[in-house]
Amino acid sequence: MKVYNMVVIGAGPAGIAAALEAKKNGIDDILVVERDEYIGGILPQCIHNGFGLEYFGQELTGPEYAFEFIKELKETDIEVLTETMVLDVDKNKVITALNRKDGVIRVKGKTIILAMGCRERTRENIKIPGDRPSGILSAGTAQRYTNIEGYMPGEKVVILGSGDIGLIMARRMKLEGADVKAVLEIMPFSSGLVRNKVQCLDDFDIPLKLQHTITRIEGKERLKRVQVAQVDKDFNVIKGSEEWVNCDTLLLSVGLIPENELTKAMDLKLHPVTGGTFVNENRETNIEGVYAAGNVLHVHDLVDWVSEEAEIAGEAAANYLNDNLTKRKTKIKISPDRNVTYTVPQKIEYEFGDKNFIKIFMRVTKPIENVKVNFKYKDENIVSFPKKIVMPGEMVTANLPTALIKDHMKEIKVSIVKKEGETNGKK
Amino acid sequence: MEKNDIICTGCPKGCRVTVEVENEEIVNIEGYECPTGKKYAIDEYKNPTRILPTTIRVKNGEFPLVPVKTAEPIPKALLIKAMNIIAKKEVKAPVKIGDVLIQDILNTGVNIVATRNIDKKAGV
Repeated sequence: MKVYNMVVIGAGPAGIAAALEAKKNGIDDILVVERDEYIGGILPQCIHNGFGLEYFGQELTGPEYAFEFIKELKETDIEVLTETMVLDVDKNKVITALNRKDGVIRVKGKTIILAMGCRERTRENIKIPGDRPSGILSAGTAQRYTNIEGYMPGEKVVILGSGDIGLIMARRMKLEGADVKAVLEIMPFSSGLVRNKVQCLDDFDIPLKLQHTITRIEGKERLKRVQVAQVDKDFNVIKGSEEWVNCDTLLLSVGLIPENELTKAMDLKLHPVTGGTFVNENRETNIEGVYAAGNVLHVHDLVDWVSEEAEIAGEAAANYLNDNLTKRKTKIKISPDRNVTYTVPQKIEYEFGDKNFIKIFMRVTKPIENVKVNFKYKDENIVSFPKKIVMPGEMVTANLPTALIKDHMKEIKVSIVKKEGETNGKK
Repeated sequence: MEKNDIICTGCPKGCRVTVEVENEEIVNIEGYECPTGKKYAIDEYKNPTRILPTTIRVKNGEFPLVPVKTAEPIPKALLIKAMNIIAKKEVKAPVKIGDVLIQDILNTGVNIVATRNIDKKAGV
């Protein structure tokens, strides 16, 4: 069996960045396995602009962002296998994969990077009752048809969910000539970026109906109409608010789920909030030498941070292979406290070396203005960072200085609270 | 006096800025909470522009479409007109990222450029 220093599962932005970072840190014999026919993950179909402001300091489209990494990858001797599906990874880091050319392949990785990304929630996940006609697609599937494969999914479109993919697809369908009837959002606020709400909906007079959902689907062969209803603050349908909207296409943008079947098969536990596995500051899972990065670990809103996270994993894997890491005597737990739903990483396990800080990613429960991100050990405040505004749809990050982390601290709690003693969510 | 409501896209706050206009002159701006908001509202009132990302059909390509964009933002009012011109265009593979596929669209001085490499289909 061929043994690689590193096997990366998934050639999206996370997988490519992790492989490149390991290579830059002197690691040879790297294999990247990808199930699609091209690399770059979801980026090639995200033809809109808005990528790269954090990472490259300039605004790029999805394919352009991917190209920067793909170009670099092609200049290396990193092996890439496309149209190859990984079936299993075991605890000994043996990977079983399958493709049409080689049949069943078995290789071993001294380190493994899990970079499988995430997938969209479906109609079945959110249980909309009614008929089962054609014309009901996830927004991302419609995006692939429209932007890569050259099919127009339909003419009269309703979109459920106001996440960024839903908003982007509302504009895309409109630009391609479809009649986009409305975007429906069950929450009282849009979960997408303000910019996307303005440039994708307002620019084209597409209505955004907040606190609305779909209660019924009708159509025999093809979708004919959907029943739209208003909901109250507990998400119960308000009786009498139902109305039928004629459409032949329903796009769903109702959330993303990290794709962790392989992770689960390795007996790695999944975090109840992120849907990804548990990791330390190196993005190392509970199996030594196995790392997770990108949307398989927690769903990001910016690809820029996927790249950054994957580089942390890639560099750490290189240090592991070069025997450059020392475990701390006691590990430090990082726990979410007030208004924080989760943090990544969930623990710190290694000596800091020359690292000046550890970047903590987190999400907040509700929109709050004028806040402080507080890191605490018991009642003692370690460090605070002010932020003008935090939103559930936008990941919050803070750099925890390593100089302030002391050996006796076994748990550090992270909270986000209003500056002058928190009152409520909105002023 | 004419009032224009503009939502600032500078940050997640999304301030609703009101631009009051008299005889085509801005006389008052309200509702912004930082300089970004004020500047955005003025630009957005005077000349709202957008980058237009879309696709162009490709003959004999590994994929049937190449993603493209306007190399610079163009006036918002021209987006649909630009789409109608782009819809009629077809190019031949191979296409290289950055290639100018349509020059000076609608006399804006802005080119439509490819944002991905599209190779020839194997065996063509």
